[in-house]
Amino acid sequence: MEELFTAFSYSFMIRAFVVGIAVALSASMIGSFLVLKKYSMIGHGLSHVAFATVALALTLGSAPTLFTLPVVAFAAILVLKVNEKASVHGDSMIGLIATMGIALGTVLASLNGGFNVDLYSYLFGSILTITRVDVWLSISVSIGILVLVGLFYQDLFVLVYDEEYAKISGIKTERLNVLLAILTAVTITIGIRVIGTMLISSLIIFPMVTSMQFKRSFKVTLALSGLVSIFNVVFGLSVSYLYNLPSGSTIVLFSGLVFIVVYLIVRLTSMGGVQIEER
Amino acid sequence: MMKKITNIKVDQLSVRYGKHLAVKDVTFEINKGDFVGVIGENGSGKTTLIKAILGAIDIYKGSVIFEHNTRIGYLPQNVMRADKIFPATSMEVALMGLLERKNFPKIISKKDKEKVVTLFKQLGISSLLKKRIGELSGGQQQRVMLARALVSDPDVLILDEPTSALDTVIEQTFLDTLKRLNEERHTTIVLITHDLATVGAYINKVIYMNQSLEYVGPFDDFCKTMSHSPYIHLHSKSACSHQAIEEEGRP
Repeated sequence: MEELFTAFSYSFMIRAFVVGIAVALSASMIGSFLVLKKYSMIGHGLSHVAFATVALALTLGSAPTLFTLPVVAFAAILVLKVNEKASVHGDSMIGLIATMGIALGTVLASLNGGFNVDLYSYLFGSILTITRVDVWLSISVSIGILVLVGLFYQDLFVLVYDEEYAKISGIKTERLNVLLAILTAVTITIGIRVIGTMLISSLIIFPMVTSMQFKRSFKVTLALSGLVSIFNVVFGLSVSYLYNLPSGSTIVLFSGLVFIVVYLIVRLTSMGGVQIEER
Repeated sequence: MMKKITNIKVDQLSVRYGKHLAVKDVTFEINKGDFVGVIGENGSGKTTLIKAILGAIDIYKGSVIFEHNTRIGYLPQNVMRADKIFPATSMEVALMGLLERKNFPKIISKKDKEKVVTLFKQLGISSLLKKRIGELSGGQQQRVMLARALVSDPDVLILDEPTSALDTVIEQTFLDTLKRLNEERHTTIVLITHDLATVGAYINKVIYMNQSLEYVGPFDDFCKTMSHSPYIHLHSKSACSHQAIEEEGRP
């Protein structure tokens, strides 16, 4: 425990925790809507596109974050639009862009002399590489996402529950879907520093599927999802520091463990069936 | 004589799915206080017509004009919109019915929640308020959706085959509730149905679809005008013969 307190004397650890919590909040908020829209795998597909753009940015010697964001956002909108036109199924389109991303990233890495330390840190996350710019960027993005989710909360809720009804209610569903796609791209881009391109989709999926086990209202489930996400990232990062493990993989394994424990507890105690007064 | 107020004016409306014309050049008016039955075979364009009127699907040609500030309530055909694990209570789903009238950012007030509580009480489903929507039966979900459609005090209530999942007794009660809304609050009711025999006693106007509009007018004239139609023989014979018996009995 003492060792963990010592961690906070290192500025890189403080940066890692701040970015981790910011990313956890953004990913859980956006992830909640993606999971309910049955679009959770879009995060997986886009993270593979992020891998290709990071490889390209490193090859060109430019800043990966700023390079990645517009490309991933474009890919997110592309998946959405192709799915809307129903010319290719959403899951197939995600599969296509994911494999293309990996293939392109690998080719670029090989042209650049193989998987170097820089690229490897983007693949699986590395808290040592987080800069002050990353900290401010992730805090700003996280606040921006929370504000947008707050402002569009009711519209997003109707959109994921019943898109047809959302249209009938006068909600601009196409614009809202684009907003959701862009926010997903932003979350993935800032999240890859801590958790890596290969594992970022877990931050989108795990918190919501874990909080859904409690069988509460939408509002409570969304809040629980944020709390579960912060808990997973903080404990995952702590364990990764204490045992010198890769941060991304440790957070994902910890998230998986939390999901299994919650799933079993809820079923064994029938906690999910109890109706608690929610005001 | 009271002047008729037109709630909905549909003018030469056409809807396409790819190259297929699902609704072709349909023109009609629905007036305030009408109780309309929209009938037709499967695939005749009834649901497409209603969805186009509601703005859920794109119009290929023509126009739909609503009377200024008309509030619409809609009960879809398939009420099971979410899977069992979807985390939303019936209360949250019913509150969706109020969003159309709200300005950005849409905030649900305490008053809105009280309105839903009162409505659930009136519909006899208070026990469902805090239950999760996905865990309810089809019939229960339908009543929650009816609450969602009614919570905004709609001027026009559009229902897509609402009685298909109900047993005869509940169906009767349901139609009586609609009739009461129609008579007491002058709510315009538009009901898509297969079962003209059951709703015949309630409606005053028929819209008969077969891609294009085959008939629009009073129910009283429908059986006479469309007596040649195979649809009457297959689906509406009992409704029409019932009407004929009623007419014979009149002094």
